[in-house]
Amino acid sequence: MKTTDLINALAVDTATRKPPVSRTAWIAAAIGAVISAAVLVATIGIRDDLIAVASQSLDFVLKVVFTLAVTVPAFFVYKRSARPEGNPAGLTPVVIALPLVVLAGGVGYAMTTTSISDIGDIVMSPNWFRCMLVIPMLSIAPLAATLYALRQGAPANPTAAGAAAGLLSSGLAATLYATHCDADSPFFFAVWYPIGIAAVTIIGAAIGSRVLRW
Amino acid sequence: MDRKAREAEWSHLMRSAIDGDEAAYRRFLTDLSRALHPIVRRGFSGVSAAPSEIEDVVQEVMLAIHLKRHTWDQSKPIGPWIMAIARNKMIDDLRRRGRRGEVPIDGMLDIIEAGGHEDAIHAYDVGRVLEKLNGKSREIVQAITIDGHSARDVAAKLGMTEVAVRVSLHRSLKALAQAYQELKP
Repeated sequence: MKTTDLINALAVDTATRKPPVSRTAWIAAAIGAVISAAVLVATIGIRDDLIAVASQSLDFVLKVVFTLAVTVPAFFVYKRSARPEGNPAGLTPVVIALPLVVLAGGVGYAMTTTSISDIGDIVMSPNWFRCMLVIPMLSIAPLAATLYALRQGAPANPTAAGAAAGLLSSGLAATLYATHCDADSPFFFAVWYPIGIAAVTIIGAAIGSRVLRW
Repeated sequence: MDRKAREAEWSHLMRSAIDGDEAAYRRFLTDLSRALHPIVRRGFSGVSAAPSEIEDVVQEVMLAIHLKRHTWDQSKPIGPWIMAIARNKMIDDLRRRGRRGEVPIDGMLDIIEAGGHEDAIHAYDVGRVLEKLNGKSREIVQAITIDGHSARDVAAKLGMTEVAVRVSLHRSLKALAQAYQELKP
């Protein structure tokens, strides 16, 4: 076939249009978050003292600041990854450093309020298994939605784009889970939350490398 | 025309195309194919590629640009977006040939030749895939590509609705992109 022939076909196909990929990316992340929020409320529920701790507990606030420090930069990387020239590599230091700085600050603060002998019990509080299970579970809907959105896009690096979707999804899941989990000590969430988040990020990268080629 | 002016014109044409202006899109695609030839030829200068193979790559890039045109952020310059897609496809193609993809990124849209003679060159990949389509889809693709008919004319000729013709064509184009995918390691 000659290139002029192909141009005929492409020109006629102008009528089939798709919404801008940045919009699709936004909507997908929002839908995923809403589904997971609904699942959380319908199953294990939100803690009863949420409003009280949100206004009074610095530990709780630090926990949410941490999960948002994961989620917000990941969202921008994810959105950029959908475009072929988006090149989100420049944002990678922020994505890695910001949550670590918050964690270090949280643990540093907790050192001043907790006696060393209690740390072991706090880290191994019975909640840890639930935390490890629920964060990946609540990541499923956002991960499916964001990977779908990226498939509509044209990611230059499918593995990195999948990782960004995984990080965003687990960040959203961790933020939601934080409203259920009553283990607020930075010693607890600095150990367990990053494990769930890292696992989902790796899963996202693995799926991305397979399904995001175009 | 310098690079800035051409990019501005292409952005304008592409915006009109996204709004449904077929004539603007045709102009954009024709210009684009002329600009892509030297770029692809240069990217493939290390491998011995026949003119028809270069044409195949140009067509693959154009198809990708078409199917992914909603990934262009209209507030940003169109040149880097085009080059990113071209580069991605060229690297895939070089890998398919067992070469490491080393395609320069910058300034490649600067090279443009007084084209035209490529119009007569046949590429083979597209044709091979389209031959595998079922009867009606193939008839539609053939009438639109080679005979240059409009969707409405084809619809009238085949006793279908215009929408059905467009849907069938779009499916065939997606099948084509998919087929390129499957050629990859």
